[in-house]
Amino acid sequence: MNNNDIVLRVEDVHKSFGDNEVLRGVSFDVRRGETKVFIGPSGTGKSTLLRCINQLTPPDRGRVWLDGEEVTNSGARINYFRQKIGMVFQNFFLFDHLTALKNVELALLRVRGMGRAEAHEKALTELRQVGIEDWADHYPAELSGGQAQRVSIARALAMDPDVILFDEPTSALDPELTREVLEVMKRLAQQGMTMLVVTHEMGFACSVANEILFMEHGLVAEQGSPDLLLHDPRFTRMKDFIGRIDSRMED
Amino acid sequence: MDQSVFIFEILLPALMQGLVVTLQLIACSAPFGLALGIGVAVGRQYGGRFVSSVCKTFVFLIKGTPLLLLLFILYFGLPAIGITFSAFVASVVGFILCNGAYNAEYIRGALMSVKDGQMVAAQALGMTRWQAIRSVILPQALRRAIPGLSNEFIYLIKYSSLAYMLTVIELSGAGKLVATKYFLYTESFAIVGIVYLVLVTITTAAVNILESRVAVPGTTRAATAAQL
Repeated sequence: MNNNDIVLRVEDVHKSFGDNEVLRGVSFDVRRGETKVFIGPSGTGKSTLLRCINQLTPPDRGRVWLDGEEVTNSGARINYFRQKIGMVFQNFFLFDHLTALKNVELALLRVRGMGRAEAHEKALTELRQVGIEDWADHYPAELSGGQAQRVSIARALAMDPDVILFDEPTSALDPELTREVLEVMKRLAQQGMTMLVVTHEMGFACSVANEILFMEHGLVAEQGSPDLLLHDPRFTRMKDFIGRIDSRMED
Repeated sequence: MDQSVFIFEILLPALMQGLVVTLQLIACSAPFGLALGIGVAVGRQYGGRFVSSVCKTFVFLIKGTPLLLLLFILYFGLPAIGITFSAFVASVVGFILCNGAYNAEYIRGALMSVKDGQMVAAQALGMTRWQAIRSVILPQALRRAIPGLSNEFIYLIKYSSLAYMLTVIELSGAGKLVATKYFLYTESFAIVGIVYLVLVTITTAAVNILESRVAVPGTTRAATAAQL
């Protein structure tokens, strides 16, 4: 594998909160255009791992590299890396006082230093990309959860990121709204966006992921293509986990 | 002397002169009081340990002492160390400090009410903390602080009368001078009170207009109730 293909490298990341060791040495490489999906029980550090990548939560140990440059210990340059590493949150975190359009424009104006007209055009393009340009002038409180999440995806896309981190993007949504968000994400993956997705949506994981990383107790327990993890008899832990979810659903 | 002659030809002209001074005091104090309040609230909430404790101490001192005492120190005390203010300037400085300290508490409460996710989302886009505070946190917090800030502005209208204690002839002072000269205390002070009431009424109406102008659609109580 050509080293230049690797856009993001995570190396032995550790993180504890007090006595609670949430990440116990996680490493992986992400190739450009790849979709990696993180699955696993709650509290195994999946969300913390994403936050360690863009340093919203600085890791205790380990390093993160973006395009060959170190993201960890980068000082004020972290704000440059954060532009290049988009993030989508479970609860959207749209800026409540701004319209959908202005939510997307804000960082273009303030961080990228774009002119008003250019930022406006770019924001509209991104809203169109997620199919929500008709709602451009509405405020977050006027949007459904699915619409709000699509706006937040547009907001991340507008920075032209190298990779987007999705932290349980559909966990706050009902099944129908979940579907509309997953469709947008699926399309992004097909267009070649590099994505890391923490989710409980197995259907999405199996149909879109190039690789699934099954996490347990702060470590990557199993790692491989969906097909491999689901069907190869050597891998059992993820199947057990899915089995537990399914039996709970049937109750 | 006919009462209407007293009111319209003697009292009101004097009060209007005083009113102009009162308005000048307010106009010179309120904007800086607001700016100081924002600065102190942000410093206390987001500043480092040193800045935060300076801001906290400032609020503590102003809240804990009478404004009149502060005015006396500014006007009568500071010349002893070589700083001499005119009565008007000393009053304005006192009002700014007082107004700023109380505003800071209203704004701090509003800052705390903005959810952490707003800051997290802003930083995830590559904004510095300062950029996030300026373009994301403060615009939301200040909207929520309007009711408290307007209250404080109304207090300012009224405690501007303390400038009279430093010999500034503002609205109350003008009323007092006329009252003592003509021995018509009730009439004089009743009219002074009415002028203050008018000022406060205008302010309240202006704040209502401001609040509805800056309201974020979908977040008002009426809109929420309609959805339920």
